[in-house]
Amino acid sequence: MTFLTARDRDRSGIAALLPGAEATAPPLLALDNFSVAFPGAHGPVPVVRGIDLTLAPGEALGIVGESGCGKSVTWLAALRLLGRGVATSGEVLLRGQDITLLPERALASIRGGRIGLIFQDPTSSLNPVQRIGTQLTEVLRLHRGLRGDEAQREALRLLDRVGIADAPRRLRQYPHEFSGGMNQRVMIALALAGEPEVLIADEPTTALDATIQAQILDLIRDIRRESGMGLVLISHDIGVVADLCDRVAVMYAGRVVETAATQDLLGRPRHPYTRGLLAALPTLGGPRQRLTPIAGTVPAPDRMPPGCAFAPRCSLAIEDCRSETPPLVLAAQDQRAACLRLAETAMAPAAHDPAPAGAFA
Amino acid sequence: MSPLLRVSDLARHYPAATATGQKRMLHAVDGVSFTLAAGKTLGLVGESGCGKSTTARLVLGLLPATRGRIDFADEPVSATRDRRWRALRRRMQLVHQDPLLALDRRLPVGEQIVEPLIIHGLEANAEARRQKALALFEAVGLRPDLFQRYPHELSGGQRQRVVLARALILGPELLVCDEPISALDVSVAAQVINLLQDLQARFGMAYLFISHDLKVVRQIADEVAVMYLGKIVEQGPPEALFHTPAHPYTEALVSAVPTLQRGTAERIILRGDPPNPVNRPSGCAFHPRCPRAVARCREEAPALRPTSDGRLAACHLVPVATAARAAAA
Repeated sequence: MTFLTARDRDRSGIAALLPGAEATAPPLLALDNFSVAFPGAHGPVPVVRGIDLTLAPGEALGIVGESGCGKSVTWLAALRLLGRGVATSGEVLLRGQDITLLPERALASIRGGRIGLIFQDPTSSLNPVQRIGTQLTEVLRLHRGLRGDEAQREALRLLDRVGIADAPRRLRQYPHEFSGGMNQRVMIALALAGEPEVLIADEPTTALDATIQAQILDLIRDIRRESGMGLVLISHDIGVVADLCDRVAVMYAGRVVETAATQDLLGRPRHPYTRGLLAALPTLGGPRQRLTPIAGTVPAPDRMPPGCAFAPRCSLAIEDCRSETPPLVLAAQDQRAACLRLAETAMAPAAHDPAPAGAFA
Repeated sequence: MSPLLRVSDLARHYPAATATGQKRMLHAVDGVSFTLAAGKTLGLVGESGCGKSTTARLVLGLLPATRGRIDFADEPVSATRDRRWRALRRRMQLVHQDPLLALDRRLPVGEQIVEPLIIHGLEANAEARRQKALALFEAVGLRPDLFQRYPHELSGGQRQRVVLARALILGPELLVCDEPISALDVSVAAQVINLLQDLQARFGMAYLFISHDLKVVRQIADEVAVMYLGKIVEQGPPEALFHTPAHPYTEALVSAVPTLQRGTAERIILRGDPPNPVNRPSGCAFHPRCPRAVARCREEAPALRPTSDGRLAACHLVPVATAARAAAA
């Protein structure tokens, strides 16, 4: 067996709490030049193209982008959840250890153990023919070695922790007897059962109603405050990410195009795509203005334009943008952007970038 | 002038059973009234199960009402599929969330835009039909070379444009849009919202715009109605309703929207799930989740009444307009 012992985990947990330890200790989770390619009719199609990201202990990192930008695929591939045909390269470092080199068994104990996962549709992530209690105690046995009464007690505590009332009765029920919001609470309980150091949440509230979304975001915030676990929150909704995350990475066409502290990213976005995304959002407050959409659509992975993938939609693009792939460079303190035109985006307010004239969808 | 659409005390009930097997009625829509003027937009918001989509289907005559009345351009709408129904259906069109489901996968999109003209026998000349469709194709911002393409060859945003062109070719006076942009990405959603506004300015049809997204509704609507468990609980202009909500449910909905500006400190978190419409709570249906409920809310259902600032709210705690109070006394 290649399970990590509880003592290993405790040690790393303590290290994260010691002042000064963070500076020298490796990041909690890091992607180093990570790429993913899907099999295609004419050879592999790259969908994630060389991503560098780090998550500090206790940090909440938001990943935003439109569908097809690779925001979910990155993390599924990092945990080898996409099947055999998918090729990956680069490193996925969990406290400095490259988990891409681990045999399947060892990785399986990390998934649901040191790294917890929750997805958009809780109902289809749960086993419909097993009681909630059975599913919870199975995780507790696999990842923490708890059995019998001990597992039962912990399962009750977990349901209680995620705000499910009447836990003893609820443990005997099936997923179909729960509402969508309640099932997402169960999913969170399942993820917490392995006492993860990192929780990866992929659109955890997208399928839920507004008032239920508010409950779940509140719950995740609470649990993080209490346990100090790291969070990677993947969402198409910048509002949701801004709500929970300290730092945001914006992805476009398989690359990270900008990353910064949440306030900086929202306050002074530097990449034209980030600026475009923010200008395209309707708001609840302030004066009602006509929206400024980004012209065109996201390119398909097998029809990626040369140079910067955003160039065909970008009002600031110049000739070089169509041939050179811009690297992610420092745009301001703690803010990185992958754009050749950063000098131009330093002053102009974001909302007034004009869209290219006559652009068709 | 009478409004284009007048809905009075509309209700739709379904026979259903409770968890214990007792036969009950499910009140999907339960006494909804509103009017919509020509060329204007009424936004209908609420969470899943509140009855907003059922209201849309009732308005279009796709579903018979259990109670109440719908008048469209001074003619009653019924769900009996006769000649009159077909004539009315030409004047009101539906655009829903998933354009791929709304389109025929085996037919080029151009032909699908032409099709309603053939069905309603409106244009005998094939070339004239084609020209009309091409003109609309351009009006919704699609390149002419996409006319012969199949739906799967287009992006989500382009497909929704095709659906819009097809809805518009009959020159409808009302477009019922049921979550028309919920399946679209942010940058494309903004394109379609702008397009909907441009098309309304150009062709002058009214929109009944159904969405769970308050930000989108605020962007597009002239008037907003908030639904909870089959009833309208608040109705008014979007600015007033979203900036100073009167009903505690609207207040919670607005505060639940994650925004880039607001902190999370003042957020109102409602407890529990919306109740099952089969087991509608007594009194005000919102009282079990309402942070401000008083004893009266449990017993007495509040009526939708004008408030002092000119909107409508169904809450015992919202001050009623003086005129209405005088009339009630």
